[in-house]
Amino acid sequence: MTSPNDPQTRPHDVLVIGAGGAGLRAAIAAAEAGADVGLVCKSLLGKAHTVMVAGGVAAALRHVAPDDDWKVHFRDTMVGGKYLNNPRMAQLHALESPDRVRELEAWGAVFDRTRDGRILQRSFGGHTHPRLAHVGDRTGLEMIRTLQDRAVAAGIQVYMECTITKLTTSAAGVTGAVGYWRTTGRPIVFPARAVVLATGGIGRAYEITSNSWEYSGDGHALAYDAGAELIDMEFVQFHPTGMVWPPGVRGLLVTEAVRGEGGILRNAAGERFMWKYLPEERRQEYAADDAEAARWVTALSQSKQTDARRPPELSTRDNVARAIYNEVKEGRGSPHGGVFLDISYLPAEHVRRKLPSMYEQFKELADVDITKGPMEIGPTTHYVMGGIKVDADSGATRLAGLYAAGEVAGGMHGANRLGGNSLSDLLVFGARTGRGAAAHAATVDGEPHQDPVQVRGALRDLEAPLERGSGESPYAVMRALQVVMQQRVGIYRIEEDLDAALIELADLRRRWADVCVDGGRAYNPGWNTVFELGNLLTVSEAITRSARQRTESRGAHSRLDFPDTDDEVWGHRNSVIAKGDDGRMSVHTAPVLDMDPELRTLLAADHR
Amino acid sequence: MSDAGPPSAAMAAAAPTAPAAPTAPGARTADPSPGTSEARVRVFRGTPGNEPHFDEFDVPVEDGMVVLDALHWIQGHEAPDLAVRWNCKAAKCGSCSAEVNGRPRLTCKTRLSDFEPGEEITVEPMRAFPLIKDLVTDVSWNYEVNKTIEPFTPPADVPQGDWRWQQEDIERVQEYRKCIECFLCQDVCHVLRNHETERPFMGPRFLVRAAGLELHPIDQADRRSYLKDSGGIGYCNITKCCTEVCPEHIKITDNAIIPLKERVADEYYDPLRWAWRKLRGEGSGSGERVELPVLQGEPGAPEQAPD
Repeated sequence: MTSPNDPQTRPHDVLVIGAGGAGLRAAIAAAEAGADVGLVCKSLLGKAHTVMVAGGVAAALRHVAPDDDWKVHFRDTMVGGKYLNNPRMAQLHALESPDRVRELEAWGAVFDRTRDGRILQRSFGGHTHPRLAHVGDRTGLEMIRTLQDRAVAAGIQVYMECTITKLTTSAAGVTGAVGYWRTTGRPIVFPARAVVLATGGIGRAYEITSNSWEYSGDGHALAYDAGAELIDMEFVQFHPTGMVWPPGVRGLLVTEAVRGEGGILRNAAGERFMWKYLPEERRQEYAADDAEAARWVTALSQSKQTDARRPPELSTRDNVARAIYNEVKEGRGSPHGGVFLDISYLPAEHVRRKLPSMYEQFKELADVDITKGPMEIGPTTHYVMGGIKVDADSGATRLAGLYAAGEVAGGMHGANRLGGNSLSDLLVFGARTGRGAAAHAATVDGEPHQDPVQVRGALRDLEAPLERGSGESPYAVMRALQVVMQQRVGIYRIEEDLDAALIELADLRRRWADVCVDGGRAYNPGWNTVFELGNLLTVSEAITRSARQRTESRGAHSRLDFPDTDDEVWGHRNSVIAKGDDGRMSVHTAPVLDMDPELRTLLAADHR
Repeated sequence: MSDAGPPSAAMAAAAPTAPAAPTAPGARTADPSPGTSEARVRVFRGTPGNEPHFDEFDVPVEDGMVVLDALHWIQGHEAPDLAVRWNCKAAKCGSCSAEVNGRPRLTCKTRLSDFEPGEEITVEPMRAFPLIKDLVTDVSWNYEVNKTIEPFTPPADVPQGDWRWQQEDIERVQEYRKCIECFLCQDVCHVLRNHETERPFMGPRFLVRAAGLELHPIDQADRRSYLKDSGGIGYCNITKCCTEVCPEHIKITDNAIIPLKERVADEYYDPLRWAWRKLRGEGSGSGERVELPVLQGEPGAPEQAPD
């Protein structure tokens, strides 16, 4: 007779943690390489944040713009990332994303079509050419459903509503994971030859975010605790357009596709303010005036070529987010503390066809008809460019057997991610990492063995918050954390705030160690929050320490006390976070990976 | 009861910024300003094997609030262990399905202003599926049914580079592919809800998925015998309840189920084809029948059974 709290054991060659785009693509690749794969997700299959992606997947397919190719895509990605990207990742991404998109189509995805019946591509911020393959504004749903069906057909074992709280290691590397079923609270132990982390982002560290409860930096924290390095953690993307009203959906994403289809940003005075914020060195890429921008939109809506340049709203996300922040701060904001985004000047039928789910979202949640009037929007925490340091080709971390792909991995996007480069990142590096992990698993002899002391420790940690008897609610600590990060480590940063944040985070960690929950293990959101909160505290400290170290402004990282970009000191350095021998978090820098001379010539016009 | 009702009367000024009260991690809402109205929310509480009951809460109402916001307020203030499944809060993931005043709905897009002032709001789990806890049910059966559907099968002899489809040729398929798998259509379907059949029925969700494959411009597989013999398409008597509850407004009955029924009927109930099959000595199907799993009345996902 087994007790309901005795752990189950489920060995696999490759254990993939996270079932969004990257996790699914990695699981498929590992299974195709012959590995026995387990796929763990905190939610039901198909609910991961990938499902929210509206805009599209960036790939130089050249269906709309014959001048496009991987080199231009590579350059756009590096320029958008302010040259901090891992250049090998940016290269592989640009080279391979067209094949990964075609592969989705071969697996059943039904993308919108060009007039000659091929995959249609749309424009997005920072992309020189129309490049995003899409399905209206529900591209992520199409992608996740396609991958989900492919994974199911491949016979991959899926563990739904299951949380991993610990990676086990030996001197030789990672040996598996420990976690629990969210439905019953029963522990589960996964001995594994290789582990792929694909847990997504960290948005829940902030008050205002487009992310759901799932994005608590689990993979970042698991990897850090197991001995891997995190890079570029100061670079958190604040998406320029989140909903600001009603309060219940504050932060919810408004897709960049609205601007991609011609959406105009205006302040309370009706001024099209983005004209003021275009960076001088890229000014020539944008329309000269309203008339040229309007010609660009007209050509786009009729699927015609044009020599008009793109509207100023399609500047990079970091720049647009700062512009909106400034407009609001200087008193030109909308009634609910945002600015106006207007697409209603286009024919209603066209807007409903190109942006159906945005139309629904505003109609149902805010009583706003976006075909008749403007939306109110403001910046929202959306994506972390930083993440686990990986090898570009295989997704390997510095810990043998541990791999990472997707948002949880760092390097691909540098200091700022371009819209549309996320889905392609998931596909390209999901596939590479799945293959990498399967290849590693094949080299591990004998059954994977987890150190029983580590497993017992992890099981005790699960029990602790239920057994304390008294203590603070984890919700209260979570709430306090979100306030600290929103107020002190947000769009604009300054040293005294960052120092104060570090002190407050240390205090929150002490409070976290004493939190108490009741109500048992089965589907208990309070209990679940304890572990997610622990991960967020680690991630928040990593963001803050990295942000304090980088004494310049670059991409998504803006310092009020160091407003200039300092190429001399910081132009070629990534921040690195690791757990020191004393168990404390250490921060240092490492040079950006050397670029192949051929790649360097592609950037020659832009960058030394 | 109307689906998303008209806008509530006057919209008050912006909500104040959030005070530092404990809030569930899911709650994006700030606490309301004093003096706002309250809604009486009755929530089903229970686990399998225990007598369920309803807990009642008076939840402060603010502009634009939805039922899921109310549930998060309850978690953050009154019942931290209340089990609610949710993710995106934007009607895009289909996680937060429940029955609100008896009607299957996404709680993230059911606005409190849809109800009459003073009307009690009762929230219960989906009844077609086994209970896990409170508002959370075991929907794993759906994932098992999905596995039995033959996947997308493109032609082997046409290279992908030559694939060309016009937008108008795929608009129907794109409609089916809008499905967010909230399973509200499964919940409301009387065949599944009342366990009306001896043999399993795949339900509207998976008829929609099958339609998305069958009507794909280049798919080559033939799922008609599967739909008839395994999927039980004949059990659907087109009452259109599924279409009414679909949050994606997919015309499930008219655009997916009826065209599939016609395909099956053409194959199996056309006298000429029937005679041809007899001549060739074929049965009514392709011979190998895929068995659908049975939707249990009792909880317990297969992979979570004790060792």
